[in-house]
Amino acid sequence: MRKLMMTTAVATLIATGCISAFSQEVKEVEMLHWWTSGGEAAALNVLKTDLANEGFGWKDVPVAGGGGDAAMTALKAMVAAGTYPTASQMLGYSVLDYAAAGVMGDLTETAIKEGWDKSVPLALQQFSVYDGKWVAAPVNIHSVNWLWISKPVMEKIGGTEPKTFDDLIALLDKAKAAGVVPLALGGQDWQEATMFDSVVLSTGGPEFYKKAFNDLDEESLGSDTMNQSFDNLAKLISYVDPNFAGRDWNLATAMVIKDEALVQVMGDWAKGEFSAAKEAPDTDFLCYRFPGTDGSVIYNSDMFGMFNVPEDRKAAQIALATATLSPSFQSAFNVVKGSVPARTDVPDTDFDACGKKGMADLKAANDGGTLFGSLAQGYGAPPAIANAYKDVVTKFVHGQIKTSEEAVTELVKAINDAR
Amino acid sequence: MAAKDHSMTSVAIDTAPEQVTRTGIRRRLQDALPKIVLAPSFAVTLFFVYGFIIWTGYLSFTNSKTFPSYALTGGRAYQRLWTWTFENDPPSSWYTSITNMGIFGLLYIGCCLALGLLLAILLDQKIRGEGFLRPLYLYPMALSLIVTGVAWKWILDPGLGLEQTFHQMGWTSFHFDWIKNKDFVIYTVVIAGVWQASGFVMAMFLAGLRGIDGEIMKAAQIDGASTWQVYRRIIIPLLRPVFLSALIVLAHMSIKSYDLVVALTSGGPGGSAWLPSNFMYEYTFRRNEMAVGSASAIIMLMAISAIIVPYLYSELREKKS
Repeated sequence: MRKLMMTTAVATLIATGCISAFSQEVKEVEMLHWWTSGGEAAALNVLKTDLANEGFGWKDVPVAGGGGDAAMTALKAMVAAGTYPTASQMLGYSVLDYAAAGVMGDLTETAIKEGWDKSVPLALQQFSVYDGKWVAAPVNIHSVNWLWISKPVMEKIGGTEPKTFDDLIALLDKAKAAGVVPLALGGQDWQEATMFDSVVLSTGGPEFYKKAFNDLDEESLGSDTMNQSFDNLAKLISYVDPNFAGRDWNLATAMVIKDEALVQVMGDWAKGEFSAAKEAPDTDFLCYRFPGTDGSVIYNSDMFGMFNVPEDRKAAQIALATATLSPSFQSAFNVVKGSVPARTDVPDTDFDACGKKGMADLKAANDGGTLFGSLAQGYGAPPAIANAYKDVVTKFVHGQIKTSEEAVTELVKAINDAR
Repeated sequence: MAAKDHSMTSVAIDTAPEQVTRTGIRRRLQDALPKIVLAPSFAVTLFFVYGFIIWTGYLSFTNSKTFPSYALTGGRAYQRLWTWTFENDPPSSWYTSITNMGIFGLLYIGCCLALGLLLAILLDQKIRGEGFLRPLYLYPMALSLIVTGVAWKWILDPGLGLEQTFHQMGWTSFHFDWIKNKDFVIYTVVIAGVWQASGFVMAMFLAGLRGIDGEIMKAAQIDGASTWQVYRRIIIPLLRPVFLSALIVLAHMSIKSYDLVVALTSGGPGGSAWLPSNFMYEYTFRRNEMAVGSASAIIMLMAISAIIVPYLYSELREKKS
């Protein structure tokens, strides 16, 4: 009896396997992602609904863990086993790595039909197009060089928007004198390096940032300007509270929200925290570009990498990609997420003041050629190099590396070693 | 024991010749059964443990980055680790990892053994409430390292835990910020680790103490030995096998303490709390330098073998003699 049951079970399994393999078309997308927190999940729901309206199901494969390390490990295992998801949330160089391994699909036809090549910023296309083929659909663009300032504290100390790095230092001094924490920073390597991205752009200008952190030009990396940037970073670090080491970024944002600290240097995902705390731009908090970086944007971007799925799943994949880059979704999603659309032709009517400024800046930076990948966020160089860079910055911040000269020497050495 | 069974079965065969075939099959089945039962787990262990050790060793000689690549390219990964071993100013991540391993390993094993032995001796004084106290000390072992890490993270955080509490109670000069200090953060890992494991070591020692014949102690006391002398000269030497087992358990636990470092310090300021296991995970999965990660894993394996193999060797030799 038991044997019979087993046989039946196995037969059923095989049969269902065959049916799904031979059916005409699977109207379902399988999506690996790490957007599991409240705001992010809500943002993703917009896409789910859009697809459901077109008759496509959604198979969620969420792998929690901010930054997506756990999700990337899961993806590696799935790909190694040959069971590709329809799409996966991915960042920068990992798209290119997987494309080089030959497991990504080809969306070029859809891309041309939908005009992605004209509306998606060229800097971003370096990561979504591999070898002339579209392999990923960018979802959003985050920009990193922002100051998030508490308006009540700003009024209390009588500060104004800092236009230069020295203005910022003067402002921080005022906050210190008034007894609030001047700079809210989480002492984790990626947060420190994210802030240093802005410092370098501010100190050396757009040309220098591109040469050093995108082209990895050895001379620029070892230059006096880099030395000066580390000096400026050291100045900023002297304004953090003693308890900053290891703090999570959202706790640092909370310090600004609770008006315990004046300013945080962080990417625009910090705005999501302000919105969640029911704070509004210009009335409760202020968003300025990091002084000396106006006109340039350091970006990172979330992408949906599209895998080379079997023919019967291609239609669902194309529907997903089309929906992802449709102007209506781009607007709805990014309003919730705090980022700006990945295409420059989306109307900004639904966005708040910071979002509108972000979109205008992005367009200007894209037209002016000053849209640069963030090295700290993995859009400036492959992970081995980006992490070598983060090592040097964090060791400098926490005192293992003692002087700017030493930091510059170490930076050149570490990056060369990781090449 | 097995030989005895064997002779008994053959006696049965001699006395009942008509049952020869049935008993023969049964006997063969009986002989084979342990092997059949063990075979799957043996195969699984062989493949998933030793197979992957070999695979990792192989990968460490390739230039695997994000994905494994199979072309052997020589020992560049080991070369890099070797140069990093001597970079102490500023410290390379590998240098930090192995010096931390030394500090953590010595202190963790030392403190656990000392505390465990002390607790066991104190509990062994036939005190009231032992049944209540014993599980109290043993309980931390039941927690996962993640829970231990997070709880101690809050206790040691100057803005939340001890320091803040003492400040609120009026002792404002109290200062304890090791967890935020690059030079002391590894000692907080020791504190949390010792808190978790010393109760377990205590249980091992307590079992050992209970196994010692009380007559020996009485005899020594009649001969005029002080309590201190009895413990130093008689009891502790008799506990040698327990020391060895505890050492082995603690040594491998210290080498694989990855989760505690992550939960307690998330790597420490500037990566100053890394252990080799953190290094291995970082390089393999976050930096896409699989070859370097594999090489560091192999070095960790060799470090463990350097402790385990002599122990196994001496144990097996003792059994033989």
